[in-house]
Amino acid sequence: MAADDETPRPAPPRTRVVLGEAATRRLPADRAHADLAEQTSVGEALVKGLVRAQLALALRLALVVVTGLGALPLLFAVAPRVGEVKVLGVNLPWMLLGVLAFPFLVGVGWAYVRWAERNEQDFIAVIRRPEQ
Amino acid sequence: MNPYVVPGLVLVVLVTVGIGAYGLRFARTTSDFLVASRSVSPSWNAAAISGEYLSAASFLGVAGLILRYGVDVLWYPVGFAAGYLALLLFVAAPLRRSGAFTLPDFCQVRLGSFRLRRLASVFVVFIGCLYLVPQLQGAGLTFTTVTGGSYEWGALLVGAVVTANVALGGMRAITFVQAFQYWLKLTALAVPVIFLILQWQSDGRPQVTPPGGATFRVATTVEIQQDALVGGVPVQAGQRLSYQAGDPVPPVSTVDAHFGADWLLPGGDGSLFATYSLILATFLGTMGLPHVLVRFYTNPDGAAARRTTLVVLALVGLFYLLPTLYGVLGRVYTPQLLMTGRTDAVVLLLPEAALGGGELGRLLGALVTAGALAAFLSTSSGLLTSVAGVVFTDVLKAGRHGSVRDFRVATLLAAIVPVTLSLYVSTMDVSRVVGLAFAVAASSFCPLLVLGIWWRRLTDLGAIAGVLAGGGAAMAAVLITVLGPPLHGWVAEFIEQPAAWTVPLAFLVMVTGSLLTSRRVPSDVGATMLRLHAPESLRI
Repeated sequence: MAADDETPRPAPPRTRVVLGEAATRRLPADRAHADLAEQTSVGEALVKGLVRAQLALALRLALVVVTGLGALPLLFAVAPRVGEVKVLGVNLPWMLLGVLAFPFLVGVGWAYVRWAERNEQDFIAVIRRPEQ
Repeated sequence: MNPYVVPGLVLVVLVTVGIGAYGLRFARTTSDFLVASRSVSPSWNAAAISGEYLSAASFLGVAGLILRYGVDVLWYPVGFAAGYLALLLFVAAPLRRSGAFTLPDFCQVRLGSFRLRRLASVFVVFIGCLYLVPQLQGAGLTFTTVTGGSYEWGALLVGAVVTANVALGGMRAITFVQAFQYWLKLTALAVPVIFLILQWQSDGRPQVTPPGGATFRVATTVEIQQDALVGGVPVQAGQRLSYQAGDPVPPVSTVDAHFGADWLLPGGDGSLFATYSLILATFLGTMGLPHVLVRFYTNPDGAAARRTTLVVLALVGLFYLLPTLYGVLGRVYTPQLLMTGRTDAVVLLLPEAALGGGELGRLLGALVTAGALAAFLSTSSGLLTSVAGVVFTDVLKAGRHGSVRDFRVATLLAAIVPVTLSLYVSTMDVSRVVGLAFAVAASSFCPLLVLGIWWRRLTDLGAIAGVLAGGGAAMAAVLITVLGPPLHGWVAEFIEQPAAWTVPLAFLVMVTGSLLTSRRVPSDVGATMLRLHAPESLRI
């Protein structure tokens, strides 16, 4: 079967590294680290704080997109005259949906990556802060 | 026939197989096959994800829809791109950190339920096939349009190349192939469009929506293939209608298309319900497509997954600026498609129609055809890899110790059904089926992923109930739309664009079910949450 048709090779087998496995191998260096690794109530609260911060950020930016793009069909239905406005010779809906929507989405995504990484930096800073 | 097309197609296939073979030199372990050993850089990975994502529906279908329906269908490209923003905001980094490879793996990691895992496998295979069949079908139709060859050969050819490439090179090779195919697709649309716009300028900027409706620019003959009313006059199959330059394009009773203000201005006859349903399906469906998710495990860590997604969003957005131009210019140069209804061919036919049958027109025509082939190849490779991954782990039970040979067997098994299906169902509407795949993904995997990642109180029974209710309803709607009799009125709208009710249903059932079975919340949920959300640099 599998073992027969695989020739022996010198390279060491690859190992899968995940957070859970690493936890069993490395001893936590400080208090907050230990709280996280041992699932104490303090550690739990720290993680909950991070999850809440990241979720709040994602929801806020999703709201920006929902109001920015999601309101457009309603706007076009309520005020059909908006569709006849021309920007640079192109009707406004074509301009908004065909061109401007894409840089808008990328801009929101860029802001998210920036702020989400900042949230993680803050979390790391809390864990690694020197003991008082 | 255009003499450059066949060499162009052969070149694309050769380069694809060549890069696949080159990648094979690096692919030795099963890990290489499945996740490219998680060592692909964000820029390669992003180009590969975009290459994989931009399918026949994006390359041909979007321009065809815009030619036909106008401003209302611009929501398709916007939604296809915005799906990556939803993925970035709610899923990308935690999913990578979960360390799972397929969606069923995620169910196992998060909820430890074997039943949920099996249910997820069923949905992955269903969505994979639903998405794979139209790709092969599109390949067959393009083959017929361009070379005049038979539909079956086109579908079989693409099926065989894709299966061989995935079985031989796995994910490692596919990454390079798909990165190449993204740039090929972008070039294949961007270069011709420059010449098309210059031609439009030199023709004196003919109006896209002349006050008298769309007109023929040159004398055109249309062959009637089925009985219909053309401009209110009955015609029979086999008849030929000739039009002079400047004649208005008559509406044909069997072809649904928009003219005049309906095309130019939003609203039209599509209701608000259908528009919002489409928005919901495309915004939330992308994160549930199996071939999109598989890609995220090839990132080295969560932060890289996030950056990769941002680059993908930019690359996909850049691409979607182009099909709109083809759809709009098609209104000027290929209005006969509005009579024949074969609007999906606008991208393939526009270069020669606008630039004439000279060398330049033919070369650019061959270029877009090569791009279309790349679109079929890359999306079907990605889909096949992900379906094969599920077959490998959940049907063959090969697990992490399975051999490369097992993966090849899984690939063959995964390819047989869609290829066979595509030979028999050549009449299904390509872009509609792809839209339905998004709806199924949005109402099954989107709630599972979003609640699984952000809500501690999700339980296995709640998740199963939600996926069965929302995903099952969407699946039923798909089967009725594809196989059932034609529907009318509000029932048709509810069934053909199901996302607006199936997605909320899935979320509602999943949340209620979890709250009712709150004793089944996994005891290790704290550890799982830590693993999903804590940055890798902590290495806790």
